[in-house]
Order: sequence, then structure tokens, then C-alpha cells
Amino acid sequence: MRMLKFLLQKELKQIFRDPAIIIILFIMPTIQLLILPAAADYEIKNINLGVVDHDHSEYSRKMVEKITSSGYFRLRDYSPSFKQGLKAIETDKTDLILEIPANFERDLVKDNESTLFVAVDAINGVKAGLGGAYLQQIIGDYNNEIRTQWIQNPRMSPQPSIDVTSSDWYNPNMNYKAFMVPGILVLLVTMIGSSFASNNIVREKEMGTIEQINVSPIKKYQFILGKLIPFWILALSVLTIGFIIARVVYGIVPVGSYFTVYAFASIYLVAVLGLGLLLSTYAQTQQQSMLVSFFVTMIFNLMSGLYTPIESMPGWAQWIARFNPVTYFIQVMRMVVLKGSSLGDIRVHIFIILGFALFFNTWAILNYRKRTG
Amino acid sequence: MKQFLIFVKKEWLHIWRDRRTLFILIWMPVVQIILYGFALTNEVKNSNIAIFDQSRDVASLAISDEIAASRYFNLVKNVYSYKDIGATFRQGKIRMAIVFPQNFRNDLLHTNSAQIQLIADASDPNTANTLTNYAQSIINDYQQSLNQNQQLPYTIKAQVRMLYNPELKGAYSFVPGVMALVLMLVCTMMTSIAIVREKEMGTMEVILVSPLKPFRIIIAKAVPYLFVSLVNIITILLLSVYVLGVPIVGSLWLLMAESTLFTITSLSLGILISNGAKTQQSAMFTSMMSLFLPTLLFSGFLFPIENMPMPLQVISNVVPSKWFYIIIKDIMIKGLGFGAVWEETLILVGMTAILLGISIYKFKIRLA
Amino acid sequence: MQSEKVITAHELTKRFGDFVAVNKITFDVEKGEIFGFLGANGAGKTTAMRMLCGLLLPTSGQATVAGFDVYKQNEQIKKNIGYMSQKFSLYEDLTVSENIRFYGGIYGLSDAHIKEKSALLVKQLHLDGQEKTLVRALPLGWKQKLAFSIAIVHDPAIVFLDEPTGGVDPVTRREFWGLIYEASARGITIFVTTHYMDEAEYCNRVSIMVDGRIDALDTPANLMKDYSAASMDEVFLQLARKAVRSGD
Repeated sequence: MRMLKFLLQKELKQIFRDPAIIIILFIMPTIQLLILPAAADYEIKNINLGVVDHDHSEYSRKMVEKITSSGYFRLRDYSPSFKQGLKAIETDKTDLILEIPANFERDLVKDNESTLFVAVDAINGVKAGLGGAYLQQIIGDYNNEIRTQWIQNPRMSPQPSIDVTSSDWYNPNMNYKAFMVPGILVLLVTMIGSSFASNNIVREKEMGTIEQINVSPIKKYQFILGKLIPFWILALSVLTIGFIIARVVYGIVPVGSYFTVYAFASIYLVAVLGLGLLLSTYAQTQQQSMLVSFFVTMIFNLMSGLYTPIESMPGWAQWIARFNPVTYFIQVMRMVVLKGSSLGDIRVHIFIILGFALFFNTWAILNYRKRTG
Repeated sequence: MKQFLIFVKKEWLHIWRDRRTLFILIWMPVVQIILYGFALTNEVKNSNIAIFDQSRDVASLAISDEIAASRYFNLVKNVYSYKDIGATFRQGKIRMAIVFPQNFRNDLLHTNSAQIQLIADASDPNTANTLTNYAQSIINDYQQSLNQNQQLPYTIKAQVRMLYNPELKGAYSFVPGVMALVLMLVCTMMTSIAIVREKEMGTMEVILVSPLKPFRIIIAKAVPYLFVSLVNIITILLLSVYVLGVPIVGSLWLLMAESTLFTITSLSLGILISNGAKTQQSAMFTSMMSLFLPTLLFSGFLFPIENMPMPLQVISNVVPSKWFYIIIKDIMIKGLGFGAVWEETLILVGMTAILLGISIYKFKIRLA
Repeated sequence: MQSEKVITAHELTKRFGDFVAVNKITFDVEKGEIFGFLGANGAGKTTAMRMLCGLLLPTSGQATVAGFDVYKQNEQIKKNIGYMSQKFSLYEDLTVSENIRFYGGIYGLSDAHIKEKSALLVKQLHLDGQEKTLVRALPLGWKQKLAFSIAIVHDPAIVFLDEPTGGVDPVTRREFWGLIYEASARGITIFVTTHYMDEAEYCNRVSIMVDGRIDALDTPANLMKDYSAASMDEVFLQLARKAVRSGD
């Protein structure tokens, strides 16, 4: 134990003596937490609309007005021809075009029906889908308005109608930030745990100081603990700072208990640090270790369900997500912070993350040798 | 010039000999394109839901079947109380619950109105919204089917045509984005680390006293990564077309030219970062922390920039990958020509010039 | 009374694939000796030393260090040796006293003992006032001397020095060897590798490695006589001419 004390003293001194590290560990996460949640918002709003109105009738105008006043669309372009309207799509000025044919109103009265044309920039598939759907919905509403206006007597028998009410639990204000902030926090903490710690060890390899350790009576497990514990503490500190920022800046207060999160986080970090340790045993230079860490971090990041839902991924991709420890932490964070899940509720997650911790650390410890041969 | 090439050759050998790193540099984009091209999508599919059917009559069961059969939903559980719903949500098992009241069908037929309640887990507001919409439209369809025999007068029909991406594939918007991400990160990070490595190992002085102008040496370090990036670009484009099915509608040459330009911009950024960093560690983390997340967020492929608050939209203009994303989208997917992207191109050129300018200036100061 | 042998090696070999880095070397080192392990770059000196220190597993042959077997009692060996590598291995971002404290603690010295040793070292190396200086800021010669002193802070039976005087001026080299003599006088056995042949003359006995083998092993005086050489340089040149391997 005394060995460990000396090791820890040395590590902590070294970490805090590098000013860059302080900035990276504390200031950058703060900045990221302040900027990122504001940026990360999938909500489809402010869809840019282009209109090509060949009719210029009272009803075509009213329809356009109804569409623009819905709040979903912004009228950005009003062109005399489809060709020109298309140019607006090409330059990203508009997301979709509504073309109203000449004689729109007249055809509706005379022939009982009239057809509109919509062209949508479908590069962003979801935006296109929802945009089209919203537009159709509004047109449908307008259609009903006209009908009730023009038909004096309700000659139709009443139709059965299903009234759908929807309620949103756990986040009644649909606050997207509450969803993103915990996730981003997880990512930051993970980066510190895996990349930073990993690089630190490889640095000693590269500098040659690790030889001095290998030739001394320091036991393997002592060296490893000596490297992991400081970063474990640092990562938890960043987590704490993150929670403070979440509370003070975003007003996010966990519905569940902080204890649950920290309990899970503690085990999670052991797993993630173990992974970092494992990677460090394979890297010979810092450049290699950084590149690999980065590669792994990016995959973990993007396949974690933070930005895109896991259920939407193809089967094989979901398997990858299942083997990604980050996935579980993000779920736990959101569950505890937004839904108030308890330790009992997350017991499966805890079990899985313990598995990860054991797996990575065991492999890493077996791999790390004081004596090569 | 000859001296310059000799340096480039030396730098190239460094990279070539570090097989592990080279391996990752070449394969990383491949893995990522495949992964993200297929796996990342904003679409909502296969969401787990539960049904609380207090009526269990022909109508409620019919609607339940329709919903369960839809590819958007995955019925995992039938629950029998509101408390149950709460517990299931807290265990993270479902995203939405659908509640049918008692006497659903009776009410529908005899009083012409009945209620269905959709309870969504709004901790993910977007998915909640989308799921609610989907469920509503399925319910609407059922309602329509009850009214088959009514032909409504004065019908406005809308014919919708999806441009550029008729199948609404997620890959179309992600591939250009991932391309920007990978290029930026490989170039910027690797270049900055390579330069700082010389500093840290102490061999920088040796280089500085060589006959070649010092800044040219720095450029010589960046050049090999330009080649690696070109390989990456070609790989990504091949994968996009043949594996992901994202076509290159516009001019391939223009695409390559613009990609090369963007690579140079990223390399310049890497050089700038290397100026300030003293250790490889801080070079890497500066690159990672200050580049990865902003590039991911502000290039516009993951989150629409128009949604962001004004100050962030302004910041996004400073991120090179935002402009590159627009360029790639326009050329690759919309099939536009240089005329459509000349402004963005100019911006990238400008950024490159500024970045290199600052680097040269700072470098000279240090030497003086 | 026979001198205690602190290092024994019998046909110690290290193979890397087809390449035989160390080829069946056999030798002993007696307690208190200053034993020079000489050879050109690439001759196998460092590899041999790393096997003795427990950093590299031998392919075949036997060896004991401080009475412990190199294969099975590796960790015991480490408690009884000191080591100074070519890169000095002091932590550049820690101060002089922090380095002393760390290594003292690692080798099991009590807090009181560490304090005592610390004061002693600082005085001995004329580093008074520099205790809180980062090692990074010390000139090369001081770093070396500090590294050596720290390597023996726990009074080990043997200290292994791998090319300890590289890149330093002759005066500092002389001072360094002064420290070595002092340690030797205290009973610490010194095992030092070097390619500076003049340093060979400071040793009690030297061995010269060529192409992985030990081609000569004796006191410097005897070697010079046997090879009719005026200096160890000449002895070495004669032997090295037969070498097949060039430096790294």
C-alpha cells in the first residue's frame, strides 16, 4: 500500500504540473457543455418553403398563408416558375417547393378536385419525410375548412372519429437539452477515462521511464492502480463539474438520485479505464495510442445512441452498439436523470458494465508485462 | 526544391515504416463510412412500445395489430395498469405506451367518438414526437377505412416528389458529413502530432539548423498526409458509390479537387495547432476536444444549423467542414457544377490562407 | 576465503527469431567489483544486461543475480539491484527531491530514511538550493549524477549502468566515475556497459563482446599485455576487426 501512495503522489504531481492538462480536463468540457447542447437539436422546425403560384387566386393565397402561419414553415422564396424555384432548392435556400397550378381554384370548384405539386430536397431523409407530412397535414386541414365552408348542408352522415390525445411523460416541456446534456457528459467523461489515461502510460513507454518502473520491485497491479486511480478521480471530478453546470446553466436536476449515477459511473470508469489500459499495452508510441484511442472513441461515440437511436440501426450495427459500454452509460444517465430510475431499475446495466470492467481489465493485466520475452 | 523533396521523402518514410499507424489511417475511414453509412440514421424505426388495452374488442385489437405490424414499432409488452406503464418506462424498456379505454368500439360506433391515449417517453423529445405522429397516422388510416364509402367533394390532392434521394436513405446526408469529419480529423490531428513529436523528442533543433527554410520543413511534414488523405478520399468515394449506393451525380474531378482543397485546409489547421502545443499529448487533445465535437455539430449533417441559436450559427461559419459539407452535397448528390459552389470554395481558400499566414507569422516570431 | 559471486552467467543466450543477439556468454562478477561490459554498438551488451535485470527473458542458459535465479526469482532480483538506463529515466517534470522521494519510497525506504538520504545526496552532488528544481532544468551532467545516486538510494547489492556517460564532457565523466568508486568502496558491485574504451581502464575487470559472444574477459592490464596493446582502445580494435556485425 505504501508503494501505491508513492505512485499516486508522483502521478498527481505530474498531471497537475502540465497546464495544458488542466485546461483540457476542466475548461474544455465546460465550454463543450455550454455550447453543444444548444447546438444539438433534431427538432424539425423552420423548414424553408418555396412557393410557385401559377393561380394567384384568393384561395391559393389563403392556403399559402395557412401554411406559413403554422409555425413549421418559413416562406423563403416566391418564384414565377418551377425552374427558378428549383434553383432555390439547389442553393439550399429552400427545403421544398409547393407548386400551385394555374386554375387551381377553378378546377376545385368545377372538377371537384385539384392537384398540387410538391418537390422536396430529400437529402436529409427525416426532414424531408416530416416536412412532407406536415405540409400534407396542413393542406388536409385547409381542405376540410373549404369543405365546411362551401357545403351548406351537412349532407354526409357523421363519421366516426377517433380522438387521439397524447401526453409526454418525463419531459413535458420537450426540452431537448435535458436529453442531450447527460449524454454529452458521458462522452466527455469517457474520453478522459480511456484516451487520457491510455496515452499517459504510452508516454512513459516512449520516454523510457517505464523501464525504471519495470526494473524496480513495483508490482504490476500497483503500477496499474497507480495509473488508473488518478484518472478515475479526475473523470469523476469532471462528471461533478458537469452536473453543476447542468444544474446551474440548464436547470437540469436529476429526477433520480445522484448516488445512483455515481455508483454506475464508478464502475463504468473502471471499465473504460481498463479499455484504455488495454490499448496502451499494444501501442508503442503516443502517436499510435492517440490514433487508436481516437478511432475507438469515435466509434463508441457515434454508435452509442446519443445522436441516433439504436433501434433504427440494422441488426449487425445494433450488436456493435450492444458491445459498446458507452451505450449503457448513456441509457443509465437518461433513465436516472429524466425518469428517476433507481438502482434496482438499472441492475441489468450494472451487471453488464461489471462484465466489461472485468473483461478489459483482466485482458490488460495479463497483457502488461514487466519483462518482455 | 530538391531539398524540399528530400524532406518529404524522409517524412514519408516515417509514416510508411509505422505500419500500425498507417494501417489505421487507411482503414479507419473505411470502417467509419460503412458503419455510419449503414447504421446512423435519424429515422425512427423498431421503437419498443407497450399497449394497455382496457377494451380488447375488434376495433382496439385491429388497431393494435396495425401498429405492431408497422416497421416503426415493436410491440414488446402488454401492460395492465398505469403503474405498470411507469415502471416499464423507468426500466428503459419502451418509448411509448398506447392506451385504449374500456368500451372503445362501442363508443366509436354508437357515439361516433372514442379516445385513444398515446403516452410518449419524452426524455427523447424528438423520437417522442415522431412516434406520436406515426401512431396518429396509423390510427387515421384506420379511421379512413371505416369511412370507405364516403366520397368527399372538393378534394385537394398533393403529389409529392422527393428530389435527390427518393428512397430517403440516411446515407445521403451522412456520407458527405462523415467524409468531412474523417478528413478533417486525420489531417489535422496527425499533422499536428507529427510536428509536435519532433519538438518533444528534441529533434526539432536539428531540423531547424538544416539548410532548408524552417517553414518549408513544416510543410514537408504535412505533405505525406496529403497523400494519405487522397487515398482516403478515393476509398470513401468508392465505398459510397458501390457499397452504400450513394451516387456521384456531379463531376468527379471537381469533387476530387474540392476534397483536396479541404484536405489542405485541414492540414493548415493542424500546423497551426502544432505551433501552440508543447507536447504530443496536448496537441492530440486540443485536436480532439476542439475539433471533433464542433466538426460533428457544426458541419450540419447531424443537426440542422438553422435550428441553432444565432450565436452558434455564426460560430458554425468558422468551421471549415460546414462549407465542405455544402460543397460535397451540392456536387455529389445534387449534381451541381462549380458555378454553384464557387462562394464556398473561395471561403475555404481564404481560410487556408489565413491559417497558413498565422502559422508562418508565429513561426517566424519564435525563431527571431 | 572465496569472494562471493553476485552475478553468474552460464551459456546465457538470447535469440530474436533467427538473429542471435547474445550467444552463450559465460562469466561471473564478484562482490565489490567494478565490472566493465564492453563492446561496439550492436554487440549485444544492452541485451545481455537487460536479461540480468529481469527486463528480458533469456532464450536459454542460466544466470543468477544476487543469488537469485533469473528465470524464477525475477522479482527478488529487482529488490536487490539498482538500474540506470541510457535515457536516465528520471522524471523530468518532477523536482530533484520529488524524484529522490519517489524512488526511495518505491524501494522500501522509510520516510525518515528517505529524508536522511535526500539531504545526503543533495549535499554530495552540490545540489543545495536546487531541491525544488525540475529535473528538466538541470544540465546533462547533473542529471546523470543524480540518476546514478538515485539508482543506489536503497544501497542495492549491484547497480547496473547502461552507457551512463554518453554525451557528457570529460570533467563530468571523471566526477561520475568518482561517484562510482565511492559506491564500490561501500560494497556495491558495479556492472557497467560502455563503448568508451578509456573507461575500461577504470574497471577491475572487463569483458569485451563481439557479435554476441564474449571474446575477452580479464583485467585491463592483463588484456593489454595479452594483446600487446598500449591501451584498451587497441585491444578493442584488434578484437573488433573480426566483427561481422556493424553498429545499429
